[in-house]
Amino acid sequence: MHIEIKDSAFEPYQRLLEHQAEAGFAGKFGATAVFVGSMREFNQGDDVNAMVLEHYPGMTERYLEKISQEAAVKWDILDSLIVHRVGKMLPNDPIVLVAVWSAHRAAAFDASRYLMEELKSRAPFWKKESLSSEADRWVDKNT
Amino acid sequence: MAIKVKFFASLREYVGQTELDLADEVASVSEVWSKATNDMLMPENTLMAVNMDYVDGSHSVSVGDEVAFFPPVTGG
Repeated sequence: MHIEIKDSAFEPYQRLLEHQAEAGFAGKFGATAVFVGSMREFNQGDDVNAMVLEHYPGMTERYLEKISQEAAVKWDILDSLIVHRVGKMLPNDPIVLVAVWSAHRAAAFDASRYLMEELKSRAPFWKKESLSSEADRWVDKNT
Repeated sequence: MAIKVKFFASLREYVGQTELDLADEVASVSEVWSKATNDMLMPENTLMAVNMDYVDGSHSVSVGDEVAFFPPVTGG
């Protein structure tokens, strides 16, 4: 179980392979479920040029650890990895990586969905968008 | 020791403060908001945390606690 907040760009697939190489469950896993969220160049009908992601240092990590522990209790998984960006980012930049390893696919699918939905609905992160057409705006709800 | 109060994202801009120490005696999270903002109206969807755990406005507060106010989250 590992969580990470990054203030610079990261390559999710590279990070996934690094974690898998270090994790010590080689030969034990039959399933890896991976979710990567990236920044769009549009939102709510407007062109978005850039975005700043803010978090609550301490509470964000604590919340991601809490949901990772919950997933490990609810499902029979071998490991999970959450990496989330903060700071200034551009369209196409990866924002979040969630990966779950398990012996069989059902636990990996279900646990990764759980982690992602809990992260979106409760983890303290906030997005502020820079638009072409008007002043910067806070994103007021997650879709 | 005081109570540490933090505001994040759009709520930080609304209140015009990032962080402050509150020396007053306060009983609940709602009261922390009132003292820290000079009775500004709290936006309806405001989320609250004490010592980095989600709570509601009636939650009690003690000296040394960290109390945070922020808008609905939009990560991922």
